[in-house]
Amino acid sequence: MQHTSDATHPEHAHDSHDHELGFWRKYIFATDHKMIGLQYGLTALCFLMFGFFLMTLMRWQLAYPSQPIPIIGGALQKMLGEDMVANKIMADGTKVPGVMSADLYNAFGAMHGTIMVFLAIVPLAFGAFGNFVTPLQIGAPDMTFPRVNMASYWAYFLGGVVMFYSFFIPGGAAKSGWTSYSPLATIADAAHRPNGQTFWILGMVLLITSSLLGAVNFISTIIQLRAKGMSWMRLPFFVWAQFVTAFLLLLAFPPLEAAAILQLMDNLLGTSFFLPTGLVVSGTPLPVSGGGSPLLWQHLFWFLAHPEVYVLILPAMGIVAEIIACNTRKPLWGYKSMVYSILTIGFLSFIVWAHHMYLTGMGTKISTFFQTTTMMISIPSVIILTCLFISLWGGSIRFNTPMLFALAFLPMFGIGGLTGLPLGFNASDIYLHDTYYVIAHFHYVVAPGTIFGLFAGIYYWFPKATGRMMNETLGKIHFVFSFIFMNLVFMPMFIQGMAGMSRRMFDGGATYSLSNPLNAGVIGGLSDMVIHLNVLISHAAWALGLAQIPFIINFFWSIRHGRKVNSDNPWNATTLEWATPTPPPHGNFVTEPVAYRGPYEYSAPGCPKDRDFLAQFEKPADLTPLGKPQPSQGQKHSS
Amino acid sequence: MDIPYTVKPRPDTGLFNAKVGIWLFLASEVMLFGALFSSYILERVGAAPGTWPQGLLNIPIGTFNTVVLITSSITVIMSWASLKMNQFNRFKIFQGLTVLCALAFLGIKSKEYKDKFHHYEIWTYNGEHVTGHIKGDPSGKLKPDPYFFDTIKLHALGIEEVEFEADPTQYHEQFPKDKGFVSLESEKEPKHEEIPLTFKVSDIKRLSAFVPAHSTYFACYFTMTALHALHVFGGMIVMAYLWGPGSKMWKTDPERFTNRIEVSGLFWHFVDLVWIFLFPVLYLL
Repeated sequence: MQHTSDATHPEHAHDSHDHELGFWRKYIFATDHKMIGLQYGLTALCFLMFGFFLMTLMRWQLAYPSQPIPIIGGALQKMLGEDMVANKIMADGTKVPGVMSADLYNAFGAMHGTIMVFLAIVPLAFGAFGNFVTPLQIGAPDMTFPRVNMASYWAYFLGGVVMFYSFFIPGGAAKSGWTSYSPLATIADAAHRPNGQTFWILGMVLLITSSLLGAVNFISTIIQLRAKGMSWMRLPFFVWAQFVTAFLLLLAFPPLEAAAILQLMDNLLGTSFFLPTGLVVSGTPLPVSGGGSPLLWQHLFWFLAHPEVYVLILPAMGIVAEIIACNTRKPLWGYKSMVYSILTIGFLSFIVWAHHMYLTGMGTKISTFFQTTTMMISIPSVIILTCLFISLWGGSIRFNTPMLFALAFLPMFGIGGLTGLPLGFNASDIYLHDTYYVIAHFHYVVAPGTIFGLFAGIYYWFPKATGRMMNETLGKIHFVFSFIFMNLVFMPMFIQGMAGMSRRMFDGGATYSLSNPLNAGVIGGLSDMVIHLNVLISHAAWALGLAQIPFIINFFWSIRHGRKVNSDNPWNATTLEWATPTPPPHGNFVTEPVAYRGPYEYSAPGCPKDRDFLAQFEKPADLTPLGKPQPSQGQKHSS
Repeated sequence: MDIPYTVKPRPDTGLFNAKVGIWLFLASEVMLFGALFSSYILERVGAAPGTWPQGLLNIPIGTFNTVVLITSSITVIMSWASLKMNQFNRFKIFQGLTVLCALAFLGIKSKEYKDKFHHYEIWTYNGEHVTGHIKGDPSGKLKPDPYFFDTIKLHALGIEEVEFEADPTQYHEQFPKDKGFVSLESEKEPKHEEIPLTFKVSDIKRLSAFVPAHSTYFACYFTMTALHALHVFGGMIVMAYLWGPGSKMWKTDPERFTNRIEVSGLFWHFVDLVWIFLFPVLYLL
């Protein structure tokens, strides 16, 4: 690479005053987009682990209902109290602590969803990768509003603290599902005010604020701070993905904020936005005015939460597209159709929300409309996936760790997407709604889909952030076991769901077991074969947790001891982030970056003889004598 | 390191950064208030016939407040125009006027709120509704004209009767007949003084001040106007800052300062616009 930096460069020396920032300004109240990206990333990874941990405890309860949780059962009881974690009295009269209560199971379920979606995946995909990579890829020195960017991180952090703290208040964390349907969310845990739900709402308001600030920053940065020559159709696909994601966050989150405010009023001031007339709880009529609409909450919630699904998946698609282009050494197949598809997805995602509500009785005409739009949105998604698949064709693929994760993303997201179609149709959804099939479907999109994409991104951009590569062997171990266990966790759930197992059963379906004499002759009972799949799933889930250990070791070990990169562009990639010094200094670029051509000029005609790519930032004149000078549009057909 | 286009517009977009930022922020605000307005529509359309309260707000005061806010929209643009014409002193006057208008709006709004907090509606078991003020009770346990009183507190007092001064005009058709009440839609001229009534506590099904818990209508009214007032308050703080200590920037970087006034002005217009929708929806319809 001829564009490596050197510390003696005069402009770099000029930047050195930035290194005089104190510890607090540099690492804590940082305004540099890269540091904020890393803050987002580390915080989100912690929450990812925490959300996973909640699920491992729930999986114990599902596999071995009402058995004390081994090892940490006693500690849990000390932290959360005996009404949450009960004792089991053994045959010899000894008490063994660690039996999960139904309330705690519900709280863990609600918080697993909330934490994974709002505190782990979105901050990681959008906050971390978006912050770190987007300004670099468009050739910007930073975000348009660095201090707003800082505020965005700290609002997120505070939201996380509020959510985490709610486990330890009287009554425990929110337990009405991550969807917080009213009136359940208002009447649950009425003995405590404020209760877990109040904290959930306050936490959400902070997280929404964070997303809003982030989204404004991302969109204005991409519009305003693109480098010279970086026209819209030269943007890497990752930037497009972040751009559309930012719009979804900007426009879909405020209705949830409105809904959260209304629910807060219901919870604290006794209003009835979501409480219907004549609501009776445990035999007593609620002393409220009534006249509200429970459906309203669902509309407002899903107006956010369906675009949110695309917030979760689009950045991962962006990451995967970058990695596939780089490691197949080919341009992305159908870049423009991918761009138009992602814009179409962004638009359509605002008019599909009520496909989550077919069973609410909102009417068949409305259901038909949303069924149609839901089918329509699958078209651009399939276009993107198909383009990524075709991009592989005829490439000389490098099977490194990021590429393995990116490749696994394709079929995993494919399974997740295709199994969503029966849920989008009214008729089949009536059967499948609220079963484990739904759990399996969206986890295939988000867990082996998005999370694999994010892992791919971590392995891919790690050298840019630290100057060292992550270990390939550990990375491959991480990949293989994650891949196996992910599928072992979620594939059996399709079977359970199609057998009719409801998604919210605290005892793993034992109450509905056909071998229970009470259920003799009852239609719709569960066969023990289906219930016993719980044990397999739970063991696979714990094994999946163990499979992350190589990653954690690799991550921390490589920061100090990984193999040093031999250039600023270790993957021989074409996009602008690889033109910066490693790690990029404050202000990012040593010389003003210019984009001379499209983002994926791999194996293009006119490449120099010693390599197979033309980076976006290479001046055409630099390419002589090996390569031919390029016309300014960066045409592939110059020869 | 300097971020480009913080002051000068980018040639191909024609915008400086903060202007892009504020428009995006406003788009998000449109969705926030849009969701609230949609909720209002859904709640109102879904309400049982005849249960939606009407005519309980003070229209003259609301109209006056609308005028105050529209005036501030004029002054805010004048302050920006003054800076563009390089007349800093004129800017100071108009910016000051804007802040005063905001203050006046909030003052009038809090007076309106206060009036509501001791204005009551009583629902009796025989299906009648009456609005008015609480005068007290014969034993003197219930203080006259209380704030935030409700059914639970009423029962806790252990009194038998409530003396009430009812409004002569009632929004609801089911008021006690033959006491001189006039319904909202009626052509009849109402009396000018309040009508004294006495209720037995055992007859009262529900008693509520005009607070959010009164009805979905007041829940909407308070939520939307309070959120709007919060925006007015925020805008006022920013504009007071730009009028006071923030205006020092005029000497060092006049173009950037003018941009700030423009951007805060855009926000102010939006806040105004929300009120232009809130006023007819909540007061008149």
